[in-house]
Amino acid sequence: MSTLIELPVETYKGPVDPDWCPGCGDFGVLKALQMASGKLGIAPKDMLIVSGIGCSSNLPGFIHSYGIHSLHGRSIPVATGAHLANTDLHVVVTGGDGDGYGIGLGHLLHAMRRNLNMTYLVMDNQIYGLTTGQASPTTGLGQKTKSTPIGNFENPLNPLALAITSGATFVARGFSGEQKQLSDLIAKAIAHKGFSLVDIFSPCVTYNKVNTYPWFKERVYKLEETDFTTNDFHASLTKAFEWGDKIPLGVLYEVDHPIYEDSDPVLSQGPLVKQKLGLDKKLFTELLQELV
Amino acid sequence: MQEITVGIAGAAGDGLDKSGDTLARSSGRMGLHVYAYNSYQSIIRGGHIWLKVRIGNEKVYNHGDNLNVLIALNQDSLERHSLEVNDGGVVIFNSDKFKHDSALQKKSVFSLGLPMAQITKDTVAKYGPLQPIMQNTIALGAVMYLCSLGVEEAKAVLMDTFAHKDQKIVDLNISLLNDGYAYAKSQTKPIMSQWNINAELKKSMLPFITGNEAIALGAVASGCKFYSAYPMTPASTILHWMASHAKQVGVAVKQCEDELSVINMAIGAGIGGVRSMCATAGGGFALMTEAIGMAGIMEVPVVCVEVQRGGPSTGLPTKTEQADLFQVYGASQGEFPKLIVAPTTVSDAYDATVEAFHMADKYQLPALIISDLLLSEHPETVEASKFNMDVKIDRGELVTSWNESMGKYKRYKFTDSGVSPRALPGTANTLYVSPSDDHDEESILISDMYTTPATRKKIMEKRMRKMDNLLKDLTPPKLEGPDDADVTLLCWGSTYGVVKESLELLNKVGIKANLLCIKYIVPFHVKEVMEILNKAKKKYSVEVNFTSQMARFVRSETGIAMDGHINRYDGEPIEPTFIVTKVKGLLTNKPNNTHLTEAEAMDMAYHYLRTHGLESMRPVKFSHESTNGHNEPTWLVEFADKKTGDATAKLKLGAFTGSNHEFVKL
Ligand SMILES: Cc1ncc(C[n+]2csc(CCOP(=O)(O)OP(=O)(O)O)c2C)c(N)n1
Ligand code: SF4
Ligand SMILES: [Mg+2]
Repeated sequence: MSTLIELPVETYKGPVDPDWCPGCGDFGVLKALQMASGKLGIAPKDMLIVSGIGCSSNLPGFIHSYGIHSLHGRSIPVATGAHLANTDLHVVVTGGDGDGYGIGLGHLLHAMRRNLNMTYLVMDNQIYGLTTGQASPTTGLGQKTKSTPIGNFENPLNPLALAITSGATFVARGFSGEQKQLSDLIAKAIAHKGFSLVDIFSPCVTYNKVNTYPWFKERVYKLEETDFTTNDFHASLTKAFEWGDKIPLGVLYEVDHPIYEDSDPVLSQGPLVKQKLGLDKKLFTELLQELV
Repeated sequence: MQEITVGIAGAAGDGLDKSGDTLARSSGRMGLHVYAYNSYQSIIRGGHIWLKVRIGNEKVYNHGDNLNVLIALNQDSLERHSLEVNDGGVVIFNSDKFKHDSALQKKSVFSLGLPMAQITKDTVAKYGPLQPIMQNTIALGAVMYLCSLGVEEAKAVLMDTFAHKDQKIVDLNISLLNDGYAYAKSQTKPIMSQWNINAELKKSMLPFITGNEAIALGAVASGCKFYSAYPMTPASTILHWMASHAKQVGVAVKQCEDELSVINMAIGAGIGGVRSMCATAGGGFALMTEAIGMAGIMEVPVVCVEVQRGGPSTGLPTKTEQADLFQVYGASQGEFPKLIVAPTTVSDAYDATVEAFHMADKYQLPALIISDLLLSEHPETVEASKFNMDVKIDRGELVTSWNESMGKYKRYKFTDSGVSPRALPGTANTLYVSPSDDHDEESILISDMYTTPATRKKIMEKRMRKMDNLLKDLTPPKLEGPDDADVTLLCWGSTYGVVKESLELLNKVGIKANLLCIKYIVPFHVKEVMEILNKAKKKYSVEVNFTSQMARFVRSETGIAMDGHINRYDGEPIEPTFIVTKVKGLLTNKPNNTHLTEAEAMDMAYHYLRTHGLESMRPVKFSHESTNGHNEPTWLVEFADKKTGDATAKLKLGAFTGSNHEFVKL
């Protein structure tokens, strides 16, 4: 990223227009991702967007880049494989709260612990959108959904606290209603060396009538406008629990730790996809000789 | 053929696998073939382990029915296996520690008790006191003498094994080996005077290699750059080989959080552009199935190995079975092109892996290899020349550059062959999404906004067309054995080896038999298999499962049913005489008798003792009784105290159900 030439946002215009409901928060996230990519000057051919299944996971189809639209909950391992195969690619994982914090949570924890050099953008609408409005792992207590008609009585998960304690080295929160800030956060996340998670409030205007644009607008404030520092584990963790009348947006945590790829003896030799294939006779014979 | 089978029995942790390994490698270095089978359990220490090493001057295809020399490393083993030793054989044990009752062996069997303290007096004087595990090396020395294997190769193997340790340890072990050899020589004669060693074999390198090692080797020789796994017996040794050779062979090895991750990472790596593989057992494969279909619809080359073990559920983690055929066949919802191949021998496991990588790339599909515990974990000697060292790596139809004057690149272009040239992420002007939803040529989803039945029909046909050429690329199955046989045995996977050997035995008892082994399951050579089976007289399937899955599969593909089924499902692999007995039974219409045999009753009696803290006893007499109010005939098992020989207890086992009807202490 040394010779940074910005590219226009149109560079990343996808083949078809998104089919999200008018007003869906995901439009803002797509736009912010395109702006961030342009700002970093990443050529579409060098970008791989990987998603799972959900409204939000349809995003790779709407952007001009390489993409993988994988299974529900499996975006992280698919992305990990593709990334390890070709570490020259900028791998950005996108998806929903159900995809990432529900069915795919196990993978997410391990990706963070490994500090893989990837970026994960979660369009957190606190609901299962695609399946028409059931509770998700981030649905608030008491909220009525199709699957919780008497009100949700499971505690919502705190993705940011989870990320900070699991080993993610860049943790941020954005809001699709704050597009400029969001695109900055995404650009920082992509530029960060290590695992970056951006949890993004991306309202589902159709199925979540609680966590709406006005609901967030009344509560959110920007951390960069305060004197908050981002490299103190405990302070960041405390910040991650701030919820209610005031909800912070911005970078919560950012540290520099060794990444997985640099410690692996084979990956550290450069992208696998460019390495030599197969065995020569000498090595082959040595391998057999071990067994004699 | 000349052959000798050595059995080593003891508790897990007794180090008997090391002794077996030294014996096998020494034989291999002399130009003899070896096949070993380790009937182990899923515990690290304790429990009963039973290792058989069969040595022959020609290729041996299974562990066989014989036992010529037994090394019993504890009292229990001595009692349980001595009777199995063939006439003219030898039982070896530590006579300082264990007592051997000659009633427990055949008359012509020689009982070679090793008075360890006396034998090793000089060695101990020189090197100090011995550790218990060193008795193995002394016994091994005796075996080398009894089997006319000499002591030199074993010394060389020990020197290689302990090369990283200090010289004193090497010298000590060699001294013990000599002690055992000399003592055996002073007591008896070898059971075979001399080997007629094949000069060709003597010259060739004979690695002692397992199916899993062959799979791993085949993968890296094919250019596999990414291997993901989650530990699960009997697939784990592929992970171990890959991890311990990762740097040397240039493969990135990823242990994942679960099998969902394993397969999805392997697929991701495939999309990313490298040859990738993963492996697991049946339980792990169950978690992988959704993603297998994803590789199918996205047309991603990936190789996935399913090593079967006893199931269902956690089942028998360390036992062999061939009962996952339908799981692998039916893996994932929907229909998609795939290759399913079941290799038969260790060298075939290598070839099948190489071929799987080739076909996965050529046809852009998941290639599934079905192995089984026996094939994957048993080691055998294979002539080095059987491994093709010169693997041609052809990545299939790849688009490496594209300019806009060529029009729009279509990842899923509808072609005659069904194969759409593939561009890897990072290539300019060929951007696309790999979608798990169905899609059009340009990879735009046809699942919700743009549903188009006509497009669905065409993409489906495009994908499935790949199977036509794939089938032509695969070698059709052939009959082995005489064309005019009375009996045709249908088999698959590791069962091939034992069926092959049983043909000769059947011939000896006047039954002319041949075999048909199915290696390619999907796509299936319907025409060729029908031709063979239509000509066959009596057709019997031989499988290590309960429901004869291959027979059912063949019937579903060809409409041809077997005339009978031979099955084993006790966790152990089939031996040649088992097949002979069953074939005879089927030919004479004898109903399949599922009553407990005496050997099985003994197995269950020992199980009862071990699980009820009664190891001071041993079963001494088995008699068949008629119904005694138990609704079935029973085995009466009488127990005696191991030390005094006094009668201690009686057990009644249902001959049909195996139920423990009563246990009475006297
Ligand atoms: C294995 C599996 N289970 C269930 C589904 C059905 N499903 C599709 S999307 C989804 C939830 C999506 O919620 P989220 O990830 O939050 O995405 P959103 O639609 O809200 O953006 C579910 C349950 C599926 N596709 N696969
Ligand atoms: S259902 Fe909700 S999440 Fe899905 S597109 Fe509509 S608004 Fe967006
Ligand atoms: Mg959601």
